[in-house]
Amino acid sequence: MSILNVKSALLLAGLMASQVALAGGASGEAIGFTCNGCHGYDGMSKGAAPSIKGLPATYLENAMRDFKSDKRPATIMNRIAKGYTDEEITAMSEYYASLKN
Amino acid sequence: MSINRREFVKALGTATAVSAVGFPFIVQAGTKAKVVVIGAGYGGGTAAKYLRKYSPDIDVTLIEKDKHFYSCPFSNEVISGERSLDSIRFGFDGLAGHGVKVVTDMVTDIDAAKKTVKTQGGKSFKYDYLVVSPGVSFKPGGIEGYDEAAMEKMPHAWKAGPQTALLRKQLESMKDGGVVMIAAPPNPFRCPPGPYERAAQVAHYLSHHKPKSKVIIMDAKDKFSKQGLFTAGYNKFYKGMIEWRSAANDGRVLGVDAKTGTVMTEFDEHTPDVANIIPPQRAAAIAVNAGLTNDSGWCPVDQRTFESTQHKDVYVIGDASIAGKMPKSGYSANSQGKVAAAAIAAQVTGVKMPEPSYVNTCYSLITPDYGISVAMVYRLQNGQIVGVKGAGGLSPMKASEDTREAEALYARSWFYNIIADIYG
Repeated sequence: MSILNVKSALLLAGLMASQVALAGGASGEAIGFTCNGCHGYDGMSKGAAPSIKGLPATYLENAMRDFKSDKRPATIMNRIAKGYTDEEITAMSEYYASLKN
Repeated sequence: MSINRREFVKALGTATAVSAVGFPFIVQAGTKAKVVVIGAGYGGGTAAKYLRKYSPDIDVTLIEKDKHFYSCPFSNEVISGERSLDSIRFGFDGLAGHGVKVVTDMVTDIDAAKKTVKTQGGKSFKYDYLVVSPGVSFKPGGIEGYDEAAMEKMPHAWKAGPQTALLRKQLESMKDGGVVMIAAPPNPFRCPPGPYERAAQVAHYLSHHKPKSKVIIMDAKDKFSKQGLFTAGYNKFYKGMIEWRSAANDGRVLGVDAKTGTVMTEFDEHTPDVANIIPPQRAAAIAVNAGLTNDSGWCPVDQRTFESTQHKDVYVIGDASIAGKMPKSGYSANSQGKVAAAAIAAQVTGVKMPEPSYVNTCYSLITPDYGISVAMVYRLQNGQIVGVKGAGGLSPMKASEDTREAEALYARSWFYNIIADIYG
């Protein structure tokens, strides 16, 4: 690899890294993956926990916010939802909404 | 450094961003990044599957000593007779379906310098990244006299499988009016609520079949996980049947004599009809031998990625790792497997790793229809995994019967779903 190429690669890396800052913070996918343990692989449940795959983002977002504020009663989701920022709730909701049934 | 510009640009093409910390992993044309995963439990199985999910271009080999995995979660229901041993046994065909190469063999040596693992079967595997998810082992000398032979007389049943079946068999052959002694280990150990759920499950069986019997929990601690909820549950369903002896009340088991069936504490000796000895723990032998552990007996890791702080490109997840405030649980291991997979996939493909997110959700059954839980959402703060303030916690002490029944239903749902998440 020539020095020129190293330079251009680094330049490109720098440009891309600055985009990371913009896109940084919540990753709907990374957060969403942590839900799969209870809600099933890709959010498809095999038990009493509801499936969340492919549900509308606004529905999921509202549900999570209502759990977070204790507006909607639950056994465990109130405790879980309080762990996320509104931005993270939006990101994970969009992730599950993007999965097609 | 043999970076090929075309490959580098290609990596960028599929990436949303370039790692801010360095060059992405670049392999020679035609070869894939090789990841070897040791152990196909909750942690290793998850890491293997999610590595393939993050990037189908990663070559994943999962090495597991057994042909099947027996789940520790829900093994207490095998002990109580509520479910069969087969119902907690899982194969790896699902993982193979996701393109994971499954090898049945035992890893005997990790050479972190040569990036190679060797197996009992005489095979050798080279890796670019290694995920170690070996679980726990029992501390040598943790309980005097508790050797391999003693385990066959006084089962630990803390690794599910034949040990689970053995403890079940002993309960079945015990006379009515017998005493079951459960020795609970000091912190930290695999599944903090496990011994106390087990006491409830054993009492559930006894109360229906041998109601004059007793369960005594001998504890190396003065408090335990979900203590208020368990104690209330014991009183509600098994009044007078379960006794808990704290460490301060001479509860700590120091030794056993398997020949005479004696359990020894500092000041006393007991001869229970069934002795379930859960010994003090540390990381599994392979982690100790590979130099992945520190003085604590557990494996220190960068808690953002789970890369070992002692060996580069080796990631330790699950019970063997030191994961900040996360307990040693199946759900923790599952969550950690996903974080480690993200970290490795990010390096391989040259993208920046997403901010890690971690969760633990843990149910315990006091009866088949009465469940309690603890949960927490974690994030990284100053390099440490900490619980989010105001989030998580226990089921409320006061709750309706319906709530407890719902939690029992969700507990079973948890089991089906996490298993499908890993092995499906």
